[in-house]
Amino acid sequence: MPEVRTEEMLINMGPQHPSTHGVLRLFLTLEGEIVKDVRPYIGYLHRCFEKHTEAMTYPQVIPYTDRMDYLNSMSNEWSYVLGLEKLMGIEVPERVEYIRVVMAELQRIASHLVALGTYGNDAGAFTPFLYSFIDREKVLELFEITCGARLLYNYFWVGGLSHDIPANFQSKVKAFIKEFEPNIKMYNDLLSYNKIFIERTANTGILPLDVAINAGATGPILRASGLKYDLRKDEPYSIYHKFDFEIPVAEQEVGTVGDSWNRYMVRIKEMVQSLRIIEQAIDNIPEGDVSSAVPKRVKPPVGEIYSRTETPKGELGYYIISDGSLNPYRVKARSPSFVNLSILPKISKGHMMADLVMILGSLDIVLGCIDR
Amino acid sequence: MDNFITSLLGENILTFVLVTVPVIAFVAVFALYAVLGERKISAWMQNRVGPNRVGKGGVLQTIIDGLKLIQKEFVSPIRADKYIFNLAPIIVFTAAFMGFAVIPFSSIFIGADLNLGLFYFFAITSLGVIGLMIAGWSSNNKYSLYGAVRSVSQIVSYEIPTALAAIPVVMLAGSLSMQTIIHEQAGGILNWYIFGGPGAISKLILFPFMLTSAVILFISTLAETNRTPFDIVEADSEIVAGVHIEYSGMKFAMFFFAEYAQMFAVAAIVSTLFLGGWQSPFGDLIPFLNNPWIQFGWAISKGLLLVFVQIWLRWTLPRLRVDQLMTVCWKFLIPITLIDLFIIGLYAVL
Amino acid sequence: MDINDVYNLLKKVFEDGIGELKTGIPVEDCIYVEAGKIEAVCFFLRDEERLQFDALMCLSGVDKDKTTLTTVYHLYSYALKHRLTIKVDVPKDNPVVQSVYQVWSTAEWHERESYDLLGIKYEGNPDLRRILLPEDWEGHPLLKDYKVQEFYNGMKVPY
Repeated sequence: MPEVRTEEMLINMGPQHPSTHGVLRLFLTLEGEIVKDVRPYIGYLHRCFEKHTEAMTYPQVIPYTDRMDYLNSMSNEWSYVLGLEKLMGIEVPERVEYIRVVMAELQRIASHLVALGTYGNDAGAFTPFLYSFIDREKVLELFEITCGARLLYNYFWVGGLSHDIPANFQSKVKAFIKEFEPNIKMYNDLLSYNKIFIERTANTGILPLDVAINAGATGPILRASGLKYDLRKDEPYSIYHKFDFEIPVAEQEVGTVGDSWNRYMVRIKEMVQSLRIIEQAIDNIPEGDVSSAVPKRVKPPVGEIYSRTETPKGELGYYIISDGSLNPYRVKARSPSFVNLSILPKISKGHMMADLVMILGSLDIVLGCIDR
Repeated sequence: MDNFITSLLGENILTFVLVTVPVIAFVAVFALYAVLGERKISAWMQNRVGPNRVGKGGVLQTIIDGLKLIQKEFVSPIRADKYIFNLAPIIVFTAAFMGFAVIPFSSIFIGADLNLGLFYFFAITSLGVIGLMIAGWSSNNKYSLYGAVRSVSQIVSYEIPTALAAIPVVMLAGSLSMQTIIHEQAGGILNWYIFGGPGAISKLILFPFMLTSAVILFISTLAETNRTPFDIVEADSEIVAGVHIEYSGMKFAMFFFAEYAQMFAVAAIVSTLFLGGWQSPFGDLIPFLNNPWIQFGWAISKGLLLVFVQIWLRWTLPRLRVDQLMTVCWKFLIPITLIDLFIIGLYAVL
Repeated sequence: MDINDVYNLLKKVFEDGIGELKTGIPVEDCIYVEAGKIEAVCFFLRDEERLQFDALMCLSGVDKDKTTLTTVYHLYSYALKHRLTIKVDVPKDNPVVQSVYQVWSTAEWHERESYDLLGIKYEGNPDLRRILLPEDWEGHPLLKDYKVQEFYNGMKVPY
């Protein structure tokens, strides 16, 4: 019998593909259904963010940061604004800090809801996707009544906020918490503990902790690998030290620590904690003026700073160099999705093509953030 | 006599052609409204409205969609094997429709009451896989090829539990003829094979085994029609749309229609084998409901009920992975059906 | 450990490989390291028990002035929870830095990005290609004297 000749299959997954979450191109080397090699190609959404910043004044950069990770614009702005405030030594009013915390946590919920929904969609369950978008819609409505925008807010300004919260904001947030809290259980019933879903995600794409740290994984992905680390707790910025919340990490509940299921589950648990923070913050917002500390001209002294915050996707850092003029000399964004995506080839080899989709989904990338 | 048309007009070529008309009309109307129904049911499950622009509440939506697809240009990829590429949807379409020949709609209406009816059905519907295979191959697209390979491995594997789960009924009824199988289940809901068939002892002993057989038959027919959770052939998040990738316009519509036609066909088979087909659940209690014309209603509504379950599952469950699909088939379904078969066979012999 | 101790420790081990220590500029202190020594220094920073910089937060390329390009390494230690900034200056006419990919695999893509946008070459990076821009793009946009090319594959670029 002649020997059967086999070849590896080379496939381009993307840039137009339903489960690459944007214009990401994965170059796959497959042996049947088994993934032998993955090479991500990025840059299809490159908008020269860093070059643009050189020609703009500091406040003009803020709308551009919105467009990096368009699913959590609030957190993007915060990291940038925080760096400038530190550089300029601006003391932000207490009221602003509280509102920022509420906004960032609402944004975290919204972002995780997208992660949850699209992850279900990757697995072939379309219904959770629409359920989560209904809840996300409620969050976006809260943003809309505050600053008029639903996706790209330009809300956090250096030293303050663009608008004060409307009078009925607090009651609306409370109503949202009341509506949303039982839904988390629904998501768990519908998706998280679905037998097929667990079979698909548990024990796939295991990222061991030492690899995770060495490769720079942050946020839910790092916590899913078992490290209890959260910038909000371990390097508290703003007023996070005032709140009582826990850092969810992967537990030996289903599957292995560091697998896709745990990466997904950490996000669900984080939503619960975000709700806790909002509950604590919403009633204690002090009176005051949100724009009292906004400087007339943002002109930081010569210097540089690397400021980082915990966004839903992970650690977002801005390395800002100021030469004392009105324009930044250099703004480098360290985007969490960029680093998290670079881990994909490490954890997907040897899995099936269907698993690759699930692993990619569990990393929860946003291409706007990767390509900048 | 197979059906009222031939008994009225005599058996000649013309009447045989005439018999196909109501079946094809039914399948066409069903496919149109099953698509709409699926969209409406999914919308209802997902807190949204669904199509509501064309006609009242969107009742004409699928017709309009169909018209749009008809108007489209016949596109074939340059590198595709054109003859086979165009042949594939026809094969799939034909195979799905030919199954309807043996589906009994009433005691007075069945396309052809073959004495090998069930065998014919399984044989002819599995021809569809040839269509899928050549569709995937001739498209000359890597994703299509993956879909084709997956569809073959899946459908060939699931043929086995499908057949094995159907055999208990055949053993109890002693026939492969659809009408005979349904006649055996006369006398109300408790005589249906899902509850163990007629006879007090058989009910007592066989109920759990027949129930598992029925459930397994339903599961494996889901896989045969490539419905979620077994839709790895299409798997839009992995291989985009599998074999359908390069098809558009009417060619795509034929695949689409075939899928919905097959949904009803397998639902009708499950209902014929286990749910008494066109038998009224009230048996002889209300003789009026066993009127041959009312029987159409029973047959169709039982089929629709199972189609609804198929749709319901699709919008609830995630998709299995290829190897898990095989695990389910070879490690669970087939051993269980074999045990069922053994016990029921033992009972039938004694 | 405070920055002076780290500096003294490094100076003791690597002597000439370590440049000056800069403090006093607002907010962040940094240590300058020679381009040819950076990999060894980073290995030391990662593996030394008192330092344990197990993660590279960020690696950025900067066009410092007319003659110099800088690579900035922001290090963090999850074990000891402290951070450090390291800088490497290279001349523009021969911008070659040792890769720290072997130390932290985070560096792979960051170095590619820095190469893409500034043209700093990282010796030892296994896959030093452009990452954000197309492979046949000309020039490195983040250089301050960057002039955009007139045509890219027949398409007019500036508009």
